[in-house]
Amino acid sequence: MTVLPKPLAPHQPSSRSAHVRTRLVVTVLLVLAALVAIYLLGSGDVQVSPGNAIRAVFGAGDPADVLAVQQWRLPRVLSALLVGAMLGVAGAIFQSLTRNPLGSPDIIGFNTGAYTGALVVLLVTGSSAPLGVTAGALLGGLGTAVAVYLLAYRQGVQGFRLIIVGIALSAMLTAANSWLILKAELPQAIGAAQWGAGSLNDATWGSTLGVCVAAAVLLAPCLWATRPLRQLELGDDLAAALGLRVEPARRALLVLGVLLTAVSAASYGPIAFVALAAPQLARRLTSASGAGLGAAAAMGALVLLASDGLAQRLVTGGTLPAGVVTVCVGGLYLVWLLFREARRT
Amino acid sequence: MLTAALAALLVVCVLSIAIGENLIGPAAVLRGLFAPPGSIEHNIVWASRVPRTVVGLVVGLALALAGGVIQALTRNPLADPGILGVNAGAAFVVAIGIAVLGVDRPIGYVWFALVGAAVTTVAVYAIGGGRGRATPVRLTLAGVALGAVLAGITQGITLLNPRAFDEFRAWSAGTLAGRYLDTVWQVLPFVVLGALLVAVLPRNLNGMAMGEDTATALGINVGRTRAGAVLAVTLLAGAATALAGPIAFVGLMVPHLARWLVGADQRWILAVSAVGGPMLVLLADVIGRVIIRPDEMPVSIVAAFVGAPVLIALVRRKGASGL
Repeated sequence: MTVLPKPLAPHQPSSRSAHVRTRLVVTVLLVLAALVAIYLLGSGDVQVSPGNAIRAVFGAGDPADVLAVQQWRLPRVLSALLVGAMLGVAGAIFQSLTRNPLGSPDIIGFNTGAYTGALVVLLVTGSSAPLGVTAGALLGGLGTAVAVYLLAYRQGVQGFRLIIVGIALSAMLTAANSWLILKAELPQAIGAAQWGAGSLNDATWGSTLGVCVAAAVLLAPCLWATRPLRQLELGDDLAAALGLRVEPARRALLVLGVLLTAVSAASYGPIAFVALAAPQLARRLTSASGAGLGAAAAMGALVLLASDGLAQRLVTGGTLPAGVVTVCVGGLYLVWLLFREARRT
Repeated sequence: MLTAALAALLVVCVLSIAIGENLIGPAAVLRGLFAPPGSIEHNIVWASRVPRTVVGLVVGLALALAGGVIQALTRNPLADPGILGVNAGAAFVVAIGIAVLGVDRPIGYVWFALVGAAVTTVAVYAIGGGRGRATPVRLTLAGVALGAVLAGITQGITLLNPRAFDEFRAWSAGTLAGRYLDTVWQVLPFVVLGALLVAVLPRNLNGMAMGEDTATALGINVGRTRAGAVLAVTLLAGAATALAGPIAFVGLMVPHLARWLVGADQRWILAVSAVGGPMLVLLADVIGRVIIRPDEMPVSIVAAFVGAPVLIALVRRKGASGL
């Protein structure tokens, strides 16, 4: 990596150089993601050279290559890229809204609730039909998010109250989840825990198309989101003075963040840590002070894609969920960045 | 206030000794406590009830104090004792103990958990910058990052090994059941040492709450305070986790409640937490024993269900303040 992280101390570089730097970082991240994607498209049981892999994506070349690349690998790679980007943006939105580096969609309980919903379907009703699990996850996640918002509402939703209500409700659901896991038969419990870690093993064109549509619909409003986010970071009063209608804006941003998370949880299970780590990593590379949605998206895409590739190769047979690796990869990278930062200052 | 809280704690203690598989009245509890060895009452009270109550007291005290210190240190309302990686480290080493070394008794986990907690916190502290450089934000992020890595590996280990998964899911739902006094004696020195450290910290923590520069101006050694606080959290939370497994919510919730009750002075927050922690743990344990008889619900699960509604109700009140 040629881009060096800057100290965490919230210094404000002149806005032009910060802009250039952010653009550079986003470009480098996207190029890296593209390289990893091409590698992943080409490697596996059927080896395809990078050039042929790119041709095969567009349906040209050896039919066997086209089958492997287009039908087997492309959906998974696309899903990883898009879901990673959406999680990165969701995390950036939540961290900025709560002004807390630990802020992630998880504080509003979405993933925990989604896990509860899926566990109820998997372990209590005993069905493992993907559609049922998806519905359970969505219902559980959205229900929890709405409950957290309503319980935190009191003439507006203030960041601190949202955090406390979120962790309280999440703690209850986590307890319920571990009780369900504890009381289930061992094989079912392991299967459920695997779903809970988040895995791209079941990525098909069907699920991937859904993700593509969701990404198109949800990532477009994010272009609008940057401005109100910046204003809210200044504090409610100042944001209002700048002409922002604080509560509606915050509600819209929360809904956006929750929906971005929901796509991932509903399609592939709650993939952990991307939403938390990607914005932090991106911020350290760009040394920007605020929410960099674009950089967070690019970082999220790269982290999830690389993690999923690793998960497939570390343990053959595809039993290792990508979510287990995202946690390790994202975590180790963050550890390394922090370590360097600490040595420099 | 503190007197009332102590009295309430005493009542909960008596309840915790009295209520169980067979109910014994408060008078019988007293008789059992002082009955000569060998009598039935003595056996019930001393062999099964008292050890559990003692474990609950120690665990609750340790978790609540650790939570109070870590919230004061990081000034982050999301911070719990687990934020320095204590739980993740303990769980990681326990998972290795189960999967690789084949340890299969709760007593065997104690030292694994302690070592895991200690090593992880030292690593987090070093990554966060060590003495003098570890800002609260960096310490928090380092703990979360390393904790996540360890949790991920733990998850990987257990997902690929059904036997380890089975053992681990039992350990990871923290419980007071099946712990004996010898285990308490093993970890008690750590708790005492941690509590003593906490006893000398509050004045400095109060100063640090005003920001590091102000603290320095007040003559507080910021680096040393931070190191002491991290050490105290490790000792307390590590010991509690070793004793009962991870109990997440107590250390997070009790200091918040204490702060809303008594204001921003760390001395009072920690004092009230020291009473409130054991109370929540023991109460949750008693409820867990009776709620689904003859089965038992682990204390960590009940504590979340008892504590969370209280926390939500209180944060909706007007005076609930941030850090």
